[in-house]
Amino acid sequence: MPDVWSQYGEKVLDHFKNPRNVGEMENPDGVGRVGSPVCGDVMELYIKVKDDIIVDAKFKTFGCAAAISSSSMLTEMVKGKSIQEALKISNKAVVEALGGLPPAKIHCSVMAEEAVKAAIEDYFKKSGKQEGTEIGPAP
Amino acid sequence: MRRIYLDHAATTPARPEVVKAMSPYFADSFGNPSSVHSYGQQARTALEEARAKVAELIGARSEEIVFTSGGTEADNYALKGVAYANQQRGNHIITTSVEHHAVLEVCKFLERGGFTVTYLPVDRYGLVDPGDVKKALTARTVLVSVIHGSNEVGTIEPVEEIGGIARAAGAYFHTDAVQTVGHIPVNVDRLKVDLLSISAHKLYGPKGIGALYIRKGTRLVPFVHGGAQEGGRRAGTENVPAIVGLGKAAELAGQEMSKEAERLVRLRDKLINGLVERIDNIGLNGHPTRRLPNNVNVNIDFVEGESMLLNLDLEGICASTGSACSSASLEPSHVLLALGLPPEQAHCSLRLSLGRENTDADIERVLQVLPGIVAKLRAVSPLAKTKNRGGENA
Repeated sequence: MPDVWSQYGEKVLDHFKNPRNVGEMENPDGVGRVGSPVCGDVMELYIKVKDDIIVDAKFKTFGCAAAISSSSMLTEMVKGKSIQEALKISNKAVVEALGGLPPAKIHCSVMAEEAVKAAIEDYFKKSGKQEGTEIGPAP
Repeated sequence: MRRIYLDHAATTPARPEVVKAMSPYFADSFGNPSSVHSYGQQARTALEEARAKVAELIGARSEEIVFTSGGTEADNYALKGVAYANQQRGNHIITTSVEHHAVLEVCKFLERGGFTVTYLPVDRYGLVDPGDVKKALTARTVLVSVIHGSNEVGTIEPVEEIGGIARAAGAYFHTDAVQTVGHIPVNVDRLKVDLLSISAHKLYGPKGIGALYIRKGTRLVPFVHGGAQEGGRRAGTENVPAIVGLGKAAELAGQEMSKEAERLVRLRDKLINGLVERIDNIGLNGHPTRRLPNNVNVNIDFVEGESMLLNLDLEGICASTGSACSSASLEPSHVLLALGLPPEQAHCSLRLSLGRENTDADIERVLQVLPGIVAKLRAVSPLAKTKNRGGENA
């Protein structure tokens, strides 16, 4: 019998059931927090940066299954990437990595894109590197 | 894995007796009730028997029952029918902020057409104050519409008292009784209603059929124009199989209601108390005692409703939430907001609505599974670290 999961791919289900890299980080190099509890979605992304490479990422998310899966997938995607590469991660890339999201849930992937940009902006601020580079508007 | 269905406020399965009662009217006794020949008269008889059963369940007369396509149509008919028929007298309607969309959206439509609508507030339990109805009534008020039992939070409104107030002021009184008919005693005279909406699929009947009770003498314009069916009020060949199904469901509900309500209240309270014992930072939405026998609605801090729902689904448990997480609507339930819940808490609501096939074992299974789901989601939630309620929700 088709169920609620028929609108999601296996990867969404997998990341929802077993989210990767959950948690906060001690002394993160950058933190991105987007969304608001009032809207029912909050995503927090923590990154550790070494030699311009994101060496670790963790997340905490309040939101629906697609929001949790998108953030979990995002942490997997940013790890090992350079800052410049990570800045290029688009919401489309997150959707593709998840094997698709229903139209009503695309905004969850947009939040993921915003979270990584916000975390990197925070990293720039904290580290004093490349402040004011074109990284898109902060959410 | 056995599925546990806990969404009876959304819809109920048709009972086997109902399906059996309906089946002859598709192909064997398929006649049009308006036809003079014996096929037609067979269908006519079945139609009128069903009408009598629905009337009996709510203490009405047969001729006061008009079949509709469901609860939504019944609500539409009641509001538009009265509004348009009584425009000479006035253009003011009183309703509440906790109505079903089938009432609220009709009110908004009527407002665009020049009617004035007062939306009464509710207290933290979802109760309307009859005194507010009294204050809102004017010489121009033609209709008061108050939901009987809330489909979302289960609160049972003081409809009887409000009915008396509306009647004394000369305004018609409608109640959406979709969640109460067949579940708790509903009597149109005791409730002092002029119009009352019924849906079959909420009481183990088929979908696509409902009824509007219209007290004799109530002025309202026909809803569907055409043939003379339903006394000219709702034209179109009657949906005989579904009407027979509604009749059977009403008959069975009338026989079993009191015992079943008692059983459900016990299961409901076992579930509410069990959840409060096992989960911290949890609150009950709706009234603790003036409550539908089958409704459990809780808000569980820091955990978004839909993520709870999908985790429950993975465990074979079907529930519902007042949180709408989609790009189309990020607004949580208007009912939860009307109760004064902040939006961030309204997003954390979970509705479990019980029914005939649920057992103690089902409740125990939920109590076994849900605390773990909440713990897991709280571990992922960035809100869990920030706030903590006191003990006021215990």
